[in-house]
Amino acid sequence: MDFAFTPEQDELRSQARSFLAAHPEPSWAELAGLGWTGVSVPEELGGAGLGFLEEAVLVEEMGRALTHAPFWSTVAVVLPALPPELQAQVAAGEASWTLALGPLVPDLDTATRIAVVGGDSIWELDGAGREMLQTNDATRPLGVVTGGSAGRRLAGSELLPRMRTRSRAALALEACGVGARALELAVAYAKEREQFGRPIGVYQAISHPLATTYMELELARSLALWAAWCIAVDDPQAGLAAAAAKAQCAEAAVAACERSIQAHGGIGFTWEHVLHRLYKRALWIQSWDASGAQLRSEVAARLLDGEGE
Amino acid sequence: MDLRDTPDEARFRAELRDWLAASLPDGLRGHRGGAARFEGEAVREWSRALYEAGYAGLTWPKEYGGGGCPYSYQAIFLEEMARAEAPHHLGVIGLGMAGPTIIAHGSEAQKARHLSRILSADEIWCQGFSEPGAGSDLSAVRTSARLEADRFVVDGQKVWSSFAHIADWCLLLTRSDPGSERHAGLTYLIVDMRSPGVEVRPLRQMTGEAEFNEIFFSAVEVPVENVLGEVGGGWQVAMTTLLHERGTLGFALTAALEVAVRKLIELAQDRGATATQRDAIAREWIELQGLRFTAYRSLSALMKTGVPGPEGSILKLQWSEANQRLGKLALELLAQDAQLLADNAPYGGYWQHHQLRSRGNTIEAGTSEILRNIVAERVLGLPRSR
Repeated sequence: MDFAFTPEQDELRSQARSFLAAHPEPSWAELAGLGWTGVSVPEELGGAGLGFLEEAVLVEEMGRALTHAPFWSTVAVVLPALPPELQAQVAAGEASWTLALGPLVPDLDTATRIAVVGGDSIWELDGAGREMLQTNDATRPLGVVTGGSAGRRLAGSELLPRMRTRSRAALALEACGVGARALELAVAYAKEREQFGRPIGVYQAISHPLATTYMELELARSLALWAAWCIAVDDPQAGLAAAAAKAQCAEAAVAACERSIQAHGGIGFTWEHVLHRLYKRALWIQSWDASGAQLRSEVAARLLDGEGE
Repeated sequence: MDLRDTPDEARFRAELRDWLAASLPDGLRGHRGGAARFEGEAVREWSRALYEAGYAGLTWPKEYGGGGCPYSYQAIFLEEMARAEAPHHLGVIGLGMAGPTIIAHGSEAQKARHLSRILSADEIWCQGFSEPGAGSDLSAVRTSARLEADRFVVDGQKVWSSFAHIADWCLLLTRSDPGSERHAGLTYLIVDMRSPGVEVRPLRQMTGEAEFNEIFFSAVEVPVENVLGEVGGGWQVAMTTLLHERGTLGFALTAALEVAVRKLIELAQDRGATATQRDAIAREWIELQGLRFTAYRSLSALMKTGVPGPEGSILKLQWSEANQRLGKLALELLAQDAQLLADNAPYGGYWQHHQLRSRGNTIEAGTSEILRNIVAERVLGLPRSR
């Protein structure tokens, strides 16, 4: 039993953290140049031949940095449905993807190609119009597609549950990155901000909610990493783990942002501070795909009614 | 990263599971814990059986009679014991606290005298740390140890000592320098509980049973060779004890919670649950997995560094609150039957006992407030509140 990242994975994380801090809106070619877009693409297709754990590291860091790029849409969601030559294009930085599953399509401003479900297959959508909508989270915009027609068949729709599991796990990991940064900001502020002649971090009304936040985020992160590992080794519990992780991590990240805003006082409520942007991403994650209550009802059905065993 | 057992760990787990299935007496299966741990000879015999099978002191060095195993074996042991609903070795304080502290700070004579007898359950230990005036603030201890020639004379009172009424020995934190304050001037003694002047009084708790005791010391004589560590260096030794208390504690707690969650699911299947209750049950199951995998992450760090980190505090904090929520949820499912006790209650009163006993979980072994201070100050690096 070993529940720790390897030195190579830790190295990838620190590389990602420093790059993403300096590049909030990286181009797809830049991400490909770092080897990230093809991190799990086989070597013979120009990728690194690694797996979901490396993708997990990158996704978590992109959540922390609020990276505005179609990495989650392409790598976590659509990639398994792509035939080899299209995977090679992703690795080479020539194509990025998003999935139009419902009326609202994420990353429609940055993804170059669109996948769509029709009948028993997943297709590329050709010649569709794109209209961006006004949305809450500027770093993960939503749009709608109009017109277009089914082009190339990508895969059978039996892949959708696997894509959903990957999507949920990746969103859970993103939430961990968002929550961790919100907590770090609150801790730093509580150390430097003085009132009544002392740093406000000495007051337990400030420090205890932050301690609770740390606890919730660590427990949530354990779930996200469990889900990531299940996906990496194709464990049968992957779907259950991803549902549990998405429910818990989104909630923990939202609470972390809310407590951080409170600890910052007035400045935390301003447009200039990064907190509202972290908060909006956490809310985006919480609302996407399935709410906590919906996910828990899936989990309850498995636990109490033996569904999906 | 690999969350599966290694081949060696899997073999150990399978052997242990078979041994438990074959060796655990029916009368002890589903053992409720609580004060029942102290009753009769059965648990002591069971403790000896664990020792003879090589399951006592798994992580102790081989030279002291331990298994010399990595911490993961202890985690597997605790998981499998909980899944079999087997009672713990009677010497939990000896195995988890006294032994590791003696190994770290003890003299050769102390090691020779106590270590093997702790493993074999021939010696039961208790802990004399808390006092009526020193609960969360351990450095406020006032129990005095006065040096007279070749012995200390101890006067004072300790409280919340589990096992004291059946213990042979006590880990006692005393103030040996009467002019000293706080962490200085403390001395850590090993005290024979059969010495003249030691009096134990059980404390009846809200469950109606007595798990804890008060211990009164009136001019109790303790030979100087029973000092553990240095005279005046008691605080450092006490910190070793508390560190070991939190080391693999997370696994014992998580494994016990896993059993309770399983029983809660059975209860909901037996009696039905509303949509809101189903949501709450799913939440508890999810949080249990979060706790379980956090314990695994903490264990991986422990195996790399050898020292449990202060982040281990979150395991106890989360577990205690989860265990309380679980009990309340179960009583809600039981509806008015929740008022019945013992033989009149469904499941023999398991949930009624669980719920009341769980109120102590956020108090014992470090209150939730103290644990949040530890996380805030030692993990997050916030300024000290005191």
